[in-house]
Amino acid sequence: MNSVITNQPFVMSDPAKPVTESVPVHPTAPAPSPSPAAATPVPQQEIAFDIQDLSIFYGSHQAVKNVTMHIPSGSVTSIIGPSGCGKSTALRALNRMHELTPGARHTGKILMKGQDLYGPGVDATVVRRRVGMVFQKSNPFPTLTIAENVLVGLRLNGVRDKTFLNKRLEESLRMAALWDEVKDHLNRPGTGLSGGQQQRLCIARALAVRPEILLMDEPCSALDPIATAKVEELIHALKSQYTVVIVTHNMQQAARVSEKTAFFYMGKLIEYGPTEQIFMNPKDPQTEAYVSGRFG
Amino acid sequence: MSKATTQALPLSAADLPAPNRLGNRVFEGLTLVSAAMIGVLFLLVVWVLVSGARMAMGVYGWSFLTNMHWNPVTDNYGALPFIYGTVVTSAIALLIAVPLSVGTAIYLTDLAPVWQRQPLTSVIEMLAAVPSVIWGLWGLFVLTPWLDAYPYTWLNKHFGSIPLFGAPFSASCLMSAGVIVAIMILPIVTSVSREILRSVPDLQREAAYGLGATRWEVTRIAVLSYARRGLMGAAVLGLGRALGETMAVTMVVGNSPKIPASLLQPGWTLASVIANQFGEASTDIQRSVLFEIGLVLVGVTILVNIGALILIKSIETPGSRRA
Amino acid sequence: MSVLAVVCALLVVLPLILVLFYLLKMGVSSLNWNFFTKLPEPAGVDGGGMANAIVGTLELMGLALVMGVPIGLLGGIYLSEYGSEKTNTWIRFGADVLNGVPSIVWGLIGFTLVVAPMGGYSAFAGGLVLACIMVPLVLRTTEEVLVLVPTSYREAGMALGIPRWKITFNIVLRTAAKGIVTGVLLALGRIAGETAPLLFTALGTTLWNTSLKDPIAALPLQIYNYAISPYPDQNRQAWAGALVLILMVFLLSASVRIVSSRRKK
Repeated sequence: MNSVITNQPFVMSDPAKPVTESVPVHPTAPAPSPSPAAATPVPQQEIAFDIQDLSIFYGSHQAVKNVTMHIPSGSVTSIIGPSGCGKSTALRALNRMHELTPGARHTGKILMKGQDLYGPGVDATVVRRRVGMVFQKSNPFPTLTIAENVLVGLRLNGVRDKTFLNKRLEESLRMAALWDEVKDHLNRPGTGLSGGQQQRLCIARALAVRPEILLMDEPCSALDPIATAKVEELIHALKSQYTVVIVTHNMQQAARVSEKTAFFYMGKLIEYGPTEQIFMNPKDPQTEAYVSGRFG
Repeated sequence: MSKATTQALPLSAADLPAPNRLGNRVFEGLTLVSAAMIGVLFLLVVWVLVSGARMAMGVYGWSFLTNMHWNPVTDNYGALPFIYGTVVTSAIALLIAVPLSVGTAIYLTDLAPVWQRQPLTSVIEMLAAVPSVIWGLWGLFVLTPWLDAYPYTWLNKHFGSIPLFGAPFSASCLMSAGVIVAIMILPIVTSVSREILRSVPDLQREAAYGLGATRWEVTRIAVLSYARRGLMGAAVLGLGRALGETMAVTMVVGNSPKIPASLLQPGWTLASVIANQFGEASTDIQRSVLFEIGLVLVGVTILVNIGALILIKSIETPGSRRA
Repeated sequence: MSVLAVVCALLVVLPLILVLFYLLKMGVSSLNWNFFTKLPEPAGVDGGGMANAIVGTLELMGLALVMGVPIGLLGGIYLSEYGSEKTNTWIRFGADVLNGVPSIVWGLIGFTLVVAPMGGYSAFAGGLVLACIMVPLVLRTTEEVLVLVPTSYREAGMALGIPRWKITFNIVLRTAAKGIVTGVLLALGRIAGETAPLLFTALGTTLWNTSLKDPIAALPLQIYNYAISPYPDQNRQAWAGALVLILMVFLLSASVRIVSSRRKK
């Protein structure tokens, strides 16, 4: 697999240690057919997230109830469910963003590639570099140019080498399928782009840091169908090097882009399995009711 | 990869240099210290005034506030003339400024055509920007001689039998100070009144119109009575400003440590006596007395301002934000 | 009834027109080269200028800016990014109270804390009290502007794994920069005309100021001294000085308008 595998612990990264891995290659345009993940478990496939009995509370309100699941590496996993079912909350726990809400706390464990995300001495900032996030509403920084937006995660974390930055800039914009559209306007403000372009800019910005996992919280809900299609295309392309977890309330989108799907309802994980199975042959009656549109 | 760079290039996120944990704490600490400076400044003001006034407080006690003499030679100091002067000039200022300001605020919110609103607002902002000393200069050389020649002469001629307007009168007097301070508090009372009137929900106006009220009746019944407390707050805020006006007052009030029988005669205010006398205070007791006057001034001003804030906030609806 | 309201508005406009008219009428003729370049002559001697007062005011504003703006700025950041609701209410209240303290009192503070221990009047004391006046002003305007920056920008920064303080400093502050600059300019305009606090801190002088520890001339101080002087020539110069001062203040107000209306980069 071409996924970027490192053995770096969370607490300290040792820049002197030579890192041997392949340079991320440019994605090839994929045929948009979600390969149904084999029903037989692939033992070689790494686990990106090992979520054990996760519960999340905001004050006294319990938003996520005892969720246990494994999210595989190098594939796209989607989380679906009606509004308020806790899917966004659960997603945010994967990069410790839920901690930003005052009064938030959790029980249970989340292991990322075997390491406890919430262990003692683990710096949340480092976690968030390795687990990137794209939000529902695109939010490029208004005072920065397109180029500055993409590179801000690197620059503000101390990277200065200009050649390296320029290379990363082009790579990230290519991966986000935005390079051709903006390559001559890199110094224009980030907010001058259309809605769909801004969202792809935010994806490029998240990718520039080279996280290992990309979380996407309803990234297309504010976009028109054409922009949505472009974003889904690039999710396919990312699959080869990244693990993607996408929350969406658009079931067709989940069916199009992901290999595995998890259905949440009222804070609980109701069913989790290969996407085709969830949609064609759901085991739980609640799942069946949701995917056939009887409620939502 | 490129070995020529001294810095190892972060091929993935995990290679980025570890964040300096100190950075967050230091920055937050700096901001906390800065915010705490507000408390520090407040305590400093109180502490300096109290310790400076201690000597005078010990010597004169409470009678300081009722003693109407001011005699540096015999060290007989009393603050009553200045309290009187401050009260009188502030009262005059409010009597003149509040009706004018509320009237202007009504004009701006309900009556003025749209093209007039921005220019008028700009004029009021410019009025607020004129420094006190320039008002004093203009007051001294232009306004008060005119006041002396026309309104005071007229007042004295027709109402001279009332001691308030009795002779002899002069250009530099309590009345002049009141007029100048009125001009200086016009901007703040007008802009706050305007905010208050703006925050009156349109529903009130519409209800009144619906009952067939005329424009003025709508303003009077629906708007003014609803906003009454807020407008009072605006006036009290103006009072808070008026109490502290120093330079313009000291240039036109006549600087006389007496309680004159007539409004048209020189007097002094708490703020202006400090400005005038502190530089020349030769004895410790004299200086301490001025500190005590400062303490009285600050105490009263703070109380008045708190009162104003309470009144204004009491009608602030959730949607309306004070600019 | 509405006629009354119109009359009120007219009466409010009148003093401004009169003041500007007289400033121009009485001051313009004295605005010559000498005025801007020469030092004041001794009392009774005609001529001379306010060069040191003009420079002095600029110097005092610079001192106040350097000492007051960082504290006001950082304090405003605390209120917007770190402070709890309860602490913030108290700090805001304290700032509002401080904003209402008569400026003459700051002169007393400066005298007690700086002039008396230092043994003399100084530019430093003057700059310091002006800074004290600026701090609560800048703190409030900074907070009001920072609170308007959408949370989504902070979130996006956090999600990139950028340390919190860098997000505040590089992203949030940059987004709010125009509003912050506006607040600072407004505060500067306010202290440019302050006279009372300088009476017993900076004191004023007829000489050039060469050290922070020496007294310094300032335009408002000079205007005051010349206005109450018995010499007509000094009265004349007071008008000229006042005209220069009001031009300075209006220039600052105009730059506020320019800064706020300029389209974002």
